[in-house]
Amino acid sequence: MIERREGWEGNDRANEGERDLFPQLKPGVEILDAKTKDKLCFLDKVRPLHKYYPQWYAARQSIRLDPKGKSLKDEDVLQHLPVGTTATFYFRDLGAQISWVTVFLTEYGGPLLLYLMFYFRVPFIYAPKYDFTTSKHWVVHLACMCHSFHYLKRLLETLFVHRFSHGTMPLRNIFKNCTYYWGFAAWMAYYINHPLYTPPTIYGEQQVRIALIIFLFCQVGNFSIHIALRNLRPPGSKTRKIPYPTKNPFTWIFLLVSCPNYTYELGSWFGFTLMTQCLPVAFFTAVGFIQMTVWAKGKHRSYLKEFRDYPPLRSPILPFVL
Amino acid sequence: MSAPAMGTTKTAHSDVAPKKKRGPGALATAYLVIYNVVMTAGWLVIAVGLVRAYLARGSYHGLYYSIEKPLKFFQTGALLEVSGIVPSSVVLTGFQVLSRVFLTWAVTHSVREVQNEDSVLLFVSAWTITEIIRYSFYTFSLLNHLPYLVKWARYTFFLVLYPMGVTGELLTVYAALPYVQKTGLYSVTLPNKYNFSFDYHTFLILTMVSYIPLFPQLYFHMMRQRKKVLCHVEEYKTE
Repeated sequence: MIERREGWEGNDRANEGERDLFPQLKPGVEILDAKTKDKLCFLDKVRPLHKYYPQWYAARQSIRLDPKGKSLKDEDVLQHLPVGTTATFYFRDLGAQISWVTVFLTEYGGPLLLYLMFYFRVPFIYAPKYDFTTSKHWVVHLACMCHSFHYLKRLLETLFVHRFSHGTMPLRNIFKNCTYYWGFAAWMAYYINHPLYTPPTIYGEQQVRIALIIFLFCQVGNFSIHIALRNLRPPGSKTRKIPYPTKNPFTWIFLLVSCPNYTYELGSWFGFTLMTQCLPVAFFTAVGFIQMTVWAKGKHRSYLKEFRDYPPLRSPILPFVL
Repeated sequence: MSAPAMGTTKTAHSDVAPKKKRGPGALATAYLVIYNVVMTAGWLVIAVGLVRAYLARGSYHGLYYSIEKPLKFFQTGALLEVSGIVPSSVVLTGFQVLSRVFLTWAVTHSVREVQNEDSVLLFVSAWTITEIIRYSFYTFSLLNHLPYLVKWARYTFFLVLYPMGVTGELLTVYAALPYVQKTGLYSVTLPNKYNFSFDYHTFLILTMVSYIPLFPQLYFHMMRQRKKVLCHVEEYKTE
C-alpha cells in the first residue's frame, strides 16, 4: 500500500470543491474560477494567490490553463507557458490538504500500537480473567513480532526512504485510510491474541516455519524495491524513470513486474495469513491485493504511456498473470 | 430498505431531456422493455395475490404465505439490475436491491417465527406498490410514452411508501432478534481452526442502526430528484 506516493502528477490531485472567482480583463495574469469563470484576481506570478485569499494556501491551489485540464506544476514558469498578453488561468480549490508524511505516520502508527494492545491483553478487550496475560502459543508471539516489524519498517521507510511526488493529499483521506488500517489491524489482532486462538492445525509447525520464511523474504524484497525506487530519483527532484533490476537479486523481479513492491507486499501478507491461519487476516490480504492490483495497473498504464521503450515482458503485479 | 424508484439520476435526466440523451441500442432496449414488463407483471401478481388472500381469509394476518414464492422470485430477480444494464445509478440500486434481498432471504425466510408478523405485510405492501410503479415507469420511459401520472406517482408515492417500508423492515428485524439469539442462527463461535467468529444477532442490531444514517440520505435524495423532475415538467413536453 505504499507506492501511491510515487504518484503521477495531475491525476492524483483529486478534484475537490470549486469556488467562484472574478475574471479580470487587464493585460497580465488573471485567475478565474474553473467552474463559474468569475475573476478571482490579477497577479504577476502564479504563486501568491493566497495573498488575496489567504485560506487557499499553496497546497490547495490547482492552477490550470484549461478549466478541465491538468494542473500546472510548481516548477512551471510563466514565460514558458502558451499564453498571450493576458494570461488567463483557472483556479480550483482542492480542499483542505494534509501532508503525505503525516497521513502515513498516522495510518501506520495506529496498527502498530493497536496490535500491541491486543497482544498484551489490555483490559476491556477480552474477559477480565485474561487481562495482561500472555498467550501460550509461540506462533502468537511470532505473529506479534512480524506484525510489529512490518509496521515499524513502514514508519521508518516513510521517514527515511520514500521520495514523495506530492507534498499533500486531501484531508479526508486520513479518515478513510486510518479507518481501513486501524480497523483491520484491530480485527486481526483480536483473533490472533484471543485466549481461544487455535494455532495452525493443518500442517502445524512446518506451516508456521514456511510462512515465516515467505514473510521475511518478502519483507526484504519489498524493502529492496523501495530502495531501488528511491535511487531512481535524486533528492529533491521529481523526475520519472523506468526502474530496472540492480545488483540486488530481490530487484530482479523488475524483469517480470512493474510494481514488485506490491508483489512483495502481497507475499508478506500471504505469509502472515499462513502463519496465523486466521480468516480475518485472509480477508485483509484479499482486500489489499485487490487495491494494490488497481494501483499497479494504473502505474503500469502510466509507464506505458510515458515511455515508448517500456519493457514489454512486464505485468503490473503478478508475473504473466495480472 | 424500501426506497422506491432508485433509478434516479440517469432516468431523471432522461425525463428532462429525452431528445438529447443517446439511449441503448435496439436489442438492448428490447431486452430492457421485456425485463421491466415482466417485473411489473410479477409485482402485480403479488399485489393480486395479497388482495385475494385477504378476501378469502377475511383478515390480513399470515398473508405472507400466499405470496411467498413470487416475492422471493421477483425480488431476487432484481439483482439483474445491479449489473448496470437497467437505467439506474448502480450504487444506489445495488444497495437497495441487496438490502431487500437480505430482508427477504436472511430475515423473513430464515426466521420462520417472524413470517406471521404484521410488519412483514407492511413492508411487502410498500415494496409491491413501489415496484409496480417503478417498473411501469421504466417500461414507459423506454418506449418514450411516459404518462405524467406514472412519473408523478413514481416521485410522489415514495413519500409515504418509503417510511412505511422502512418501518415494516425494522419491526421485522427486531422481531427476529430473540429467535436468532436463542438458536445462534448463522453464527460462528470460537474456538475454531480458522480463528473467526460472527454473531448474527449483533449483526442484525448493527443493520438496524445503519438505517439511521442511511435512510434519511436516500429519502432526501429522492425528494431532491422529485423537485428536479416534477418541477421541470412545465418546460418539457411529456408524450
